[in-house]
Formats: sequence, structure tokens, C-alpha cells
Amino acid sequence: MLRPWMEMFRPLAEALRDLLPIVVVILFFQLLVLGQPIPNWPRMLYGLLLVLVGLALFVRGLEIGLFPLGESMAHGFVRKGSAPWLLLFAFLLGFATTVAEPALIAIAKKAAQVAAGEGLIEHTGEAMDAYALGLRLTVALSVGVAILLGVLRILFNWPLHWCIIAGYALVVVMTWFAPRSIIGIAYDSGGVTTSTITVPMVTALGVGLASSIRGRNPVMDGFGLIAFASLLPMIFVMLYGMWVLP
Amino acid sequence: MQTLLETLRDVAPILFLLAFFKLFVLRGSVVNPMRILRGFAYVVAGMVLFLMGLEEAIFPLGELMARQLTDPLFLGVGDGEAEWHHFGWVYAFGFLVGLATTLAEPALIAVGMKAERISGGAISAWGLRVAVSIGVAIGVAIGCYRIVTGTDLWLYIIAAYVIVIVQTFAAPRRIIPLAYDSGGVTTSTVTVPLLAALGLGLASSIPGRSPLVDGFGLIAFASVFPVMTVIAYAWCSEWLEHRRKASGGGE
Repeated sequence: MLRPWMEMFRPLAEALRDLLPIVVVILFFQLLVLGQPIPNWPRMLYGLLLVLVGLALFVRGLEIGLFPLGESMAHGFVRKGSAPWLLLFAFLLGFATTVAEPALIAIAKKAAQVAAGEGLIEHTGEAMDAYALGLRLTVALSVGVAILLGVLRILFNWPLHWCIIAGYALVVVMTWFAPRSIIGIAYDSGGVTTSTITVPMVTALGVGLASSIRGRNPVMDGFGLIAFASLLPMIFVMLYGMWVLP
Repeated sequence: MQTLLETLRDVAPILFLLAFFKLFVLRGSVVNPMRILRGFAYVVAGMVLFLMGLEEAIFPLGELMARQLTDPLFLGVGDGEAEWHHFGWVYAFGFLVGLATTLAEPALIAVGMKAERISGGAISAWGLRVAVSIGVAIGVAIGCYRIVTGTDLWLYIIAAYVIVIVQTFAAPRRIIPLAYDSGGVTTSTVTVPLLAALGLGLASSIPGRSPLVDGFGLIAFASVFPVMTVIAYAWCSEWLEHRRKASGGGE
């Protein structure tokens, strides 16, 4: 009965390492620069504890459930050698892992609150939920497409930097047409998508694929997928903004 | 309770996807299904606690810091008289948050070790981490400056892209995928909400800024700037290598 607790210890330590620097910097500023006690600190402490335990459980769950399954399937598809299935799997993997990304859930909710506060969408729970969900589905769709394109890139050996530069150019062009109020959240969504779930799953796919095709460097090609996944969401979210916002 | 239901809805698609492909396309037997189900239970419980904790602590903390650091009393100026150079502590806070969170980021540690291996030791894991952390720190600090001054986000990002593209053509080829990816891996699950809260807090407490137009963008800054610093670091380490070979050729 002791083992599950031991298993939890390492993710807990990692979550603490994620959280500690933030706490230290904030404490430093509160106590030395601002010279004020933190208001309502028991509640903050309770919240931080929730974040800590939640993150540890989440990571542990991914490690024992999702990652082994995802990796073995990524390898299975690569071995199967059927391109259409592989591409479909790549798309769905990007989509499904992004929909469940906790940071994205939090940011989409915030964006909906801000948009409602400024009167861009109706200030009702329903309208805000719909906006947040739309935003998340857009980002998830874009990551799905990004992983699909990334797999195509590995299969056809397109040079990464040309793909990225073309993507940058598209972002610039889209910025011209997108409503001003979506640009901030669109640019941010590029960084949001690639965190806890998506990166390990996608890297497993990329590295597995690159190492089973002759003449590809697993490290170089495995890396490139993430770069796509942080570029396309910007473009898609700007399109979403043009569609739903005035 | 509502968070639990929402989380279940969020995680269900992954479960369906994996089950569908495993059962109908690949047709292998699932190894240890109970363990996988237990993993999913952890994931759901963890997400519920994490999202609750964000609402309780991380969002309020980010907004609180933004409000206090932009308080006219703290800045020592009259209402509405603060100019961009009065906000030095805001930039310092952004810089330190960026630096501290990135240095401790586990994903970056793993990438750093991989990078050390492919480059044959020319890029050290520690050097890469420092380079990325400084990139994030500068990015967040400049992002705070942008919110304070209220200039357009796209100007900065496009300028950053131009610099990155120019750097790309002058950089050692093997560093490029790594540099591009280092932008994506830096922003962890805890850092992202904190930066969002900080940006929104700054935009709503500085007079004349709108959270909608000015509040977002810090995460974008934190993702672009590391690309520059990583390429710059690759230049430095290559130059050092070169000089060492030139001077120490006889050893």
C-alpha cells in the first residue's frame, strides 16, 4: 500500500519546483519592495496547495496512463506503415491533447471574461462558455492541423526553417485583417498550447516516426513538430476572431 | 462539482480516441488496462484541483501584484501622472518571474540535455537553460513595458520575427529546430496563468489601457524572445570554440 504514495512523491517534488520560484519572487516583492503583508494569505496558501497537489496528480496520471498508451500507439501506427491512418491519428492526437490542456482551459475562460467585460460578447454565462469553448476548439483544431503538417514535413523532408518563415509571413498578413481585440489572445495562444500533455505525446510521435524512416535525424525532426504547434494556433485564432467578433 | 463535470468532458475525447484506435485500427490487446484507467482518474482529479487552485491563488496573486506595483501611492506620483519610467519595479518583477520560472522548468532541463548530446558538447545543457531563461525574462519585461506604454503588440512581434528570420540565416543549421522549439517549451502550466493574470491586472489598473487590447501578449513575448537568445548563445559558444581552437592549437 506504500508504493502509490512513493510514486506520488517525485511528481509532487516537480510540481513544487514549478511553483516555488513564483512564490519566492512574489514574496520578495511583497515583503521587501512593497512592504505589505499579503492580504487573505490563508486562502492563497490553500489555493497554492490545490495547485501543487493537482499538478502532481495530473502529471502522475499522465505518466501511468496516457503516455505509455500514446507512445505505444504512435509506434504502432508508424510500424503499420499506412499513411492515411497515420495522418488521421496525428491530427486527432493534436486535437484531443490540446482540448484537455489545463493552461488553455484557464486562459480561454479568462479571455471570455475579458471579452464580456468589454461588451464584445453578451455578459451571460452561456455566451461566455460558448466563446471560451469556441476558442479552445479553434486552438485544438489548429494544433491538430499543425501536427498533421509536421508529420507531412517529416515524410517529405521539407526544410523546417522555410515552413516557419512562411508561417510567420502568414501571421503578419493575418494580423492586418484580424480585429484588434483578438490579436493579443491569438499571439498568446501559440505559447499556451505546448505544455503538459501535448509536448510529450507529440514528441513521441515525431521521434518514433523520424527514427523509423531512413535518413532522418530523430532529434532534429522530433523537435520541429512543437514549432508548428505554436505557430498555427495564432493564425487560426485570428480567423476565429474575424468570424465571431465584430 | 461543476469543475469535475467539465473536466470529465475535457478528458473524455482523448480516452475515446485512444480506445477507438487501439480497438479497431491497431487491434492489439491493451497492456494493463486497470493501470491506465487509474491514470485517467488521477488526470481528472488533478485537473479539477489545479483549476480550483488557479482561481483561488494564482489568478488573484498575479492581479494583486499588478495592482500594487502600479498603485500611484507606491510609485510616488500623483494620479494619472505616472510615465513609463516610473514603472521600473513592474519590469523588474516581470524579468524575475520570467527568469525564475524558466530556470526551474523541467521540460527545459530535458531539452537541454538532448541539445548537449546532439551538439557534441558545444552547447551545454546549463548554458541553454540560462540562455532560454534570459530570453523569457527579457521578453516578459519588454511585454510589461508594452502594456505600460500601450503600443501595438503586433509591432513588437513582427520586429521580433524579422530579427529571428535574419538570425536563422546566419545561425548554425543544427541549432535551428532547437531554437524554435525552445520558445514553445518554456511556458509551463503554472507560468501561463500567472503571466495572463499579470498582464490583465496591469492593463486594468493602468489608466487608459484596455484589458482586451493590451492585457494579453505576455506569453507571446515569452515565446519569441528565447528563440533569439538561443541563437545568440549558439553564436557565442561557436565563437569561443573557434578561439580556443585557434589559440590552443598546439596543445
